Formats: sequence, C-alpha cells, structure tokens
Amino acid sequence: MFYRAAGIRHTRYESDRRLWRLPFDRWLVGAVVLLLLIAPFVVNSLYLGTYMLPWLVWATATLGLNLLMGGAGQVHLGYGAVMAIGAYGSVHLARAGLPFELVLLAAGFLSATIGVVFGAAALRVKGLYLAISTLAMQYLVDFVIVHVPAISGGTQATLQVPKITFFGMRVVSDVDNYYLALFVCALVTLFMLNVRRTSLGRALAAVREKDYAAEIIGVSTFRYKLLAFWVSSFIGGVVGCLFAFCYYKAVTPEQFHLELSIQLLAAVIVGGLGSVLGSFFGAALILLAPVILNNVIGAASRAFSLNVSADIAAHAPLMLYGALIVGFLLFEPLGLAKIYNNVRNYFVVWPFRHARK
Amino acid sequence: MDFNYFGELTINGALVGLMYALVALGIVLVYKASRYANLAQGAFAMVGGYTCVFFSASAGLPIWLAIPLTVLLLYGAGVLVERLVLRRMIGQPIIMVIMLTLGLEILLRGLVPGLFGSAVKRLDLGIAQAPLFLGEILINRGFLMGGIVALVLIAAAILFFNSRLGVTMRAVSDDQIASWSVGIRVERVIAMAWGMAGIAAAAAGILWGSVQGVDWTLSLLLLKALAIAILGGLDSVPGVLVAGLIIGICEALAAGYLDKLVGGGTRDVVASVIILATVLIRPHGLFGREHIERV
Repeated sequence: MFYRAAGIRHTRYESDRRLWRLPFDRWLVGAVVLLLLIAPFVVNSLYLGTYMLPWLVWATATLGLNLLMGGAGQVHLGYGAVMAIGAYGSVHLARAGLPFELVLLAAGFLSATIGVVFGAAALRVKGLYLAISTLAMQYLVDFVIVHVPAISGGTQATLQVPKITFFGMRVVSDVDNYYLALFVCALVTLFMLNVRRTSLGRALAAVREKDYAAEIIGVSTFRYKLLAFWVSSFIGGVVGCLFAFCYYKAVTPEQFHLELSIQLLAAVIVGGLGSVLGSFFGAALILLAPVILNNVIGAASRAFSLNVSADIAAHAPLMLYGALIVGFLLFEPLGLAKIYNNVRNYFVVWPFRHARK
Repeated sequence: MDFNYFGELTINGALVGLMYALVALGIVLVYKASRYANLAQGAFAMVGGYTCVFFSASAGLPIWLAIPLTVLLLYGAGVLVERLVLRRMIGQPIIMVIMLTLGLEILLRGLVPGLFGSAVKRLDLGIAQAPLFLGEILINRGFLMGGIVALVLIAAAILFFNSRLGVTMRAVSDDQIASWSVGIRVERVIAMAWGMAGIAAAAAGILWGSVQGVDWTLSLLLLKALAIAILGGLDSVPGVLVAGLIIGICEALAAGYLDKLVGGGTRDVVASVIILATVLIRPHGLFGREHIERV
C-alpha cells in the first residue's frame, strides 16, 4: 500500500545497491530528517532538552555498541566505561584549551586506544568469558577514574565543562547542543548504514557468524576483532564527549557506571541486534519507558486512589529494563526493528499477501 | 610485619571466600549441566535473603522453619526459571542467553526490593555477635558459620556428582544428544541443576544477609562469584573451593594492606583483576576443562 514496490525495476547496479531502494523509503527518511531539523522551532524547548537531545545522544551510543554486538558479535558489558574515558578525556583537553572540533576527535582516539585493550580479551576468549572480562574492565575503569585525582578531580568531585565553540559557532543553548548532537548522530548513522556494504562490514559479519571459520577463509580474526573494538570505542568516546558537553554539562563518575552500560545493552537488545533503525527505536524506548511508566503509576494511583509505595516507584525503571530485555529476548529476539520490518513487509506486497517473502 | 594481623586477615578472608564460593557454586552447577551462564545468581542470592526475612520477620515463623522454607522456595524458583525462560532459548546463540540471565538479574533487582522495601533488613540467625578468639586472632562467628556451611555444600556437590543422578548430569554436560539417545531426560537434569543453583543461592543469601543485612547489595556478590567461577574453571566444583579461598584471601589482604596506600576500595577491584588475569593467562581456569571448537 504505502511502500509501492510495483513498477520499480532496477536496471543498473547503482540503483540496486542504493541504501533505500523504494521511493517511499526515501521520502520517509527525508521527512524524518526534515522533522529532526525543524524540531527546535516546533517543539517546546523543555521537550527538546529533556527528550530529543538525550534521545539523539543515547541513540548514537547505541549505534556504537550495536556495531560491536550486532555487527561483530562481540559482547561488551563495559561500554559505559569506554564512554567515561571519552568524557573525562574531552573535558580535560577542552580545559587545556584545545578547540572543540579537535577535542571531539581526540576523545574518540583516546577511547579507541584504551578500548582496544578490552578487545585484547576478545582475542583470547569469547561469549561468556568475554562478557565477564568486559564487566571486570568496567569496574577497573570506574576504580581508576574515582581513585586518580588527576582524572576525576578528587573524590566526589564534579568537573564542569568549559564553554565551547563549534566551527566558529558558540554552543550555548539547548538548541545549539541539539544541532551539535544531531550532526554527530547523522555522521555516525551514515557510517553505520554504509559499513555493512564495505569489506569491513562483511569481514565483521564473517567473524560474527563463526570466528575460526572466518579465519579459515582468510579473514584475519585478530585484525577485525581489534578493529571492531577500535571503531566501536571511537564512537563511544565521541558520544562520551557529547554526553559531557551537550547533555550533562558536567562529568561525575556516577554517570558512567554499570547502569549506563546496562541501559545501552538493553537499548541494543530491545531495538534489534545489528539494526541501525533499531538503535533509534531502542534508545527511545529505554529513555521514554521509565518516564511513561512513572506517569502511568502516578495517574493510576490518583485515579484509583492506590497507595503506590515509594520503593516501587523508585525501582520501576529497573523492573522495566529487566522485563523489556527478558520479554524481547523471549518473544522477539530481533527487537523493535524486526517488528517494524514485519509491518513494512506486510505493506510492501499488500494486498497480495501470498507474495510476501 | 604484624603476624597476628596477617593471620587474622587470612583466616577471615578465607572464610569470606568460602561464602563467596557458595554463590559461585550455583553458577558452576548450571554451567556444568547446560553450558549456560547464569548471570542471575547474584539476584537469586538476594531473593534468598529477602525470602528468609519475609518468612522469619514478616510472617513470624521461627528461624529453623524459615530457612528450610526458603531453600525449598528457591529450589522451586530455579526450576521454574529454567522451565519458563531458559528452555525457550535452546538453540539460540550464547550471547542471547547471557543477555537473558542478565535481564533476569536486572528484573529481580528491581522487583524484589520494590515489593519488599529497599531499606536494609536485619536477618538474625541466632549467631552471637562476639568474635571468637583463636589465640590472639579474632574470628567473626558469622563468617565461620558461613564458611562451614559452604564447605558442607561444596562437599555435598562433589559427592553428588558421584551418585547416579550426578553421573547423568555429567553425561548431559558432556553431550546432550548422546544423553538423550541413551534415555536420560536432559531437560529434567538441567532443571534440577537450576534448582540446586537455587539452593546454593538460598544458602548464600541467608548467610550473607545475616552478616551484612538484606538489601539489593546482595546481588553485587555476582562479580565475586563470577571471579571465583572463572578462576576455578567454569565446570569444576573443586575449583570453586580453591578459587574461593584464593579470592577471599587476596581480597582481605588487599583491603588490609593496599587500602592505606591508595585510599580505599581495593577490595572490589581484586575480583576484576583476577578475572582479567585468568582470562588472559589461562582462560579455562585452574581446574576447568579446555574447550576445543571444531568447524
């Protein structure tokens, strides 16, 4: 119905290889991009700062983690630590007077350099062992950040971020921050959309499916596992920088504890492993669900004059994350992206259901 | 160097390590039977603590009745989790199972404190608070009790693997399809392993709860348990005992000697450092079986 596939014939390889092959998909992407661009003028600035901006930042982080987990099949339970390295590195560099464009890149390189160490574990082990090793590294990085005053600024310290300019424009208000986040998010999204069509993406897919089989057909697992960790940590570092400068405006160690890693993990699973679109869905659901749930609990307790204890309200997000992860893994292991795809596949051939692939 | 201080740290550390090993025992049992990682074991231990508090404090049952009830309930919970959740994951990639148990851990960590209250609850097992004196060395009675229970349960687990049921469990861990073909009920064996993991979790939750109080922090035992399981080898029950002692003593010594130098918190990184060292040097652990993969 909407996605008209009838009459569209690809007569050249270029058109067959396009990212979005149906005109409707292209219109849809265009409309979404336009909406994101004009959002600051339509959306209340409160909503912009509390929903749209974190959504973009979290979605970018999810994309980075998804490259590693969905693309290369390596479990990473310490992505929050990788982001912490980027955030702390960028704050210190910006305070030292480096221009923000370079700070953004340097944060990525710093995280990538340290993040590859996480990958060193991936060379020795995989699956469960890798998950536990990355978990251990998360704790180690947390410990180092808290206990080295040169990094954290002392115990219980909060580092304020300095004022920044980006390519000559001062980044002050929520709107500026939003556009900065949108810019980075767009770059990462473009990279993620295209990476699977490159030799890197295909090599990662081979490593994901069976690493020793990939080695046998000539894909160097050593190289591509490390590369996957490098690229993913680079994105993590850049996002960590965004976290610090666009969203929180200050860094404390608590922002990057295991909770963040688990949030991102949940976003990847709920959105869909290996799906770019899913990362956006997943991040949105993970960020919005606790808010919605709290509103529902509040409304329900008012409407039915229930007495919801503070304990339940405080633990509702945790319950929700757990339930979402378990529920999606049991009933839709490929996440929201798969649900969208099912709907799309239904409409592509509607009303000729028998032609569905 | 003060020898008494060293001895005190070592003995109490060893006892604490044995109590950690109790949590690790659950992970090893499940891994041995089904090759699945049970990252929800820490949350299970927390559930055990909360259940015992519920039976003894809220329901007013005497403690000698509350403890068996808790053990029974956790056995049921383990079997139930296997039946409802894990069995649907057969044939899925290992990453999915890891996420699933992690999701379960998060769910329980939200659900149980949410329902029963997140404030620290006291769990009194009737163990005297006064320390035991061994010459000049002070020993915490709670830790001593925990260490003894852990030793008994680990010994029971080792004996179990020599019984008829234990042999079937070893067969299942060796080759599920082959066990099926000789008439072993593979699902039932795996469910039983989960139930036994539940028992270990109940014991760990009750003992730790009596030492440090019952709240969500009981689920943090997961990291130490994982360190023990990895160091000892994920499929080795004697490994749990040895690794538990090693990690407990290392932690106590680190906290006793290094904390003064770096300003606290070393106790919690010891487990992480040991995990990383094991993975990099000897991934299958001290006593674990080396896993060989074929295309």
